[in-house]
Amino acid sequence: MPDQLLYGIEAAVNGLMAGVLYALVALGFVLIFKSSGIFNYAQGVFALFSALTLVGIMEGQVPFAHLINSIFGTEVHHFGWHVPAVLAIAFTVLVMVGLAILVERYILRHLVNQPDIILFMATIGLAYFMEGFGDLMWGSDIKTLDIGIPQGGSFWIEENTAWLGGEGFYGFFIDRLDIVAACVAAVLVVGLTLFSQYTKQGRALRAVADDHQAALSVGISLRFIWVLVWSIAGVVALVAGIMWGSKSGVQFSLSLIALKALPVLMLGGFTSIPGAIVGGLIIGMGEKLFEFAIGAPFLGGATENWFAYVLALLFLVFRPQGLFGEKIIERV
Amino acid sequence: MSAQPESYVTPDGRTIGGVMMEMKNITLRFGGVVAIKDISFDIREGEIRAIIGPNGAGKSSMLNIISGFYVPQEGEVWFNGARRAPLRPYEVAGQGIARTFQNIALFEGMSVLDNIMTGRLTHMKSGLFSQALWYGKAAREEHENREVVEKIIDFLEIQNIRKTPVGRLPYGLKKRVELGRALAAEPKLLLLDEPMAGMNVEEKEDMSRFILDVNDEYGTTIALIEHDMGVVMDLSDRVVVMDYGKKIGDGPPEEVRTSQAVIDAYLGVSHD
Repeated sequence: MPDQLLYGIEAAVNGLMAGVLYALVALGFVLIFKSSGIFNYAQGVFALFSALTLVGIMEGQVPFAHLINSIFGTEVHHFGWHVPAVLAIAFTVLVMVGLAILVERYILRHLVNQPDIILFMATIGLAYFMEGFGDLMWGSDIKTLDIGIPQGGSFWIEENTAWLGGEGFYGFFIDRLDIVAACVAAVLVVGLTLFSQYTKQGRALRAVADDHQAALSVGISLRFIWVLVWSIAGVVALVAGIMWGSKSGVQFSLSLIALKALPVLMLGGFTSIPGAIVGGLIIGMGEKLFEFAIGAPFLGGATENWFAYVLALLFLVFRPQGLFGEKIIERV
Repeated sequence: MSAQPESYVTPDGRTIGGVMMEMKNITLRFGGVVAIKDISFDIREGEIRAIIGPNGAGKSSMLNIISGFYVPQEGEVWFNGARRAPLRPYEVAGQGIARTFQNIALFEGMSVLDNIMTGRLTHMKSGLFSQALWYGKAAREEHENREVVEKIIDFLEIQNIRKTPVGRLPYGLKKRVELGRALAAEPKLLLLDEPMAGMNVEEKEDMSRFILDVNDEYGTTIALIEHDMGVVMDLSDRVVVMDYGKKIGDGPPEEVRTSQAVIDAYLGVSHD
């Protein structure tokens, strides 16, 4: 095979892997949008906050250390212990569930029956609040997150694919972290799909998404469902936070990955879990291939920044509900 | 009502029991507007109770109070011999009161089967984790409830559309599916808000038959709002007549029909 083709394949595979990470973030949006019609602007910040919390717990950081120190004149920063990753993840999940309960109690409950735009505004407020709150709680310095996921290129894949090309080809370079992320995402999606299709809570969740009044009349507690959904979205955010955080460090820019999820959602549809995944893969692969084939040679590179949005715009024109979005049925 | 015996048998052989639900001096206001003014009536076990009246009389508001969507400012709601504290609609559903809506409220994106399955939610007790893992109890429960739902689908003669998304169905069938969802809860009290509104004669006959069969076969107590006087006279055991938020009549259909106040409300009479 010609080397150029092999590099193209490598770009595509790496694109797919990056796409999985986009999909993880998009998934959080879809879950909340599907069940409550709210576009949760804070989903990216949730990922950041969960990753910060995870690092903080693992490292034994004292929460609000700066605040405590400046008020009481103390010098506490760390408890001096290290928590194993599994335990720390469990604690972080609890924190995210707690967050979901607070969001329901202090935001959603007061905005029932308000127009969607009001709820959207509320999530923008929530995003900025969480951003500042995360900083206050865990400090604003860049942290590294290592929960033991293997990183770096997989030698096994490199060695076993080197024969495909000529002298100058050393095999495909694929990050092991990306492979793990892909597996985790697959499990998450299959699990969530089964849950929403075949369990009573899943059915209740879809019911709430469809019609609040009707849901109430069959005995569904909206509050419980909201807490459930926001908890699941929080856990998905945590998974996204772990993957992105392990890759590029836990820092403010993590919250901006939410922006990458937007074109994924336009492509896959705001209401479809499989759509979020397929959308993520198409965007991830599309932007890498475009960069490789057209961007770098002819356009001076850096096309990855805008390619996803152009693609999403095209989709909006021809298929506004997205690839997998629920078909808009309108009887006249 | 105290004049009536504790329980009696109707001419067509159904047994009407004691009082199941009692509304005492209910007053409901929206801001300054009085929607319901000091109304009292009861619903007896096993009967079909109709609430009629011109548009804006407060009939739907009354149904919304029974199902917990509205909380009256004054008055008491008694259910099964105990005073009911103000409940949320989902808690009322949990007590065995199911309802349909005037402007159909179905889950449009879900299939007919799934829609009716949601009606079983109050009967499904397995917890979140057992559900999520889909083991033992949760799976068995799903199958049991599925059987109940299939029976209802047969009963309502909608086997051929069970997998169709509700959004695609014509109006008459939607009304039937909504009834199915309410029936799935195996309610003690079934509230129907204009079950025959907008239907043609044939559809009305079907719906009337279903309502009578439900009442007859399962002994379900039914309270319904209806405009079509003919239907009301055929179906109901007792009728409450409302006009401008007040009760102007209460009794068996033939008695209500001849009441001067009711005739005035329906045909219109100058109030000065």
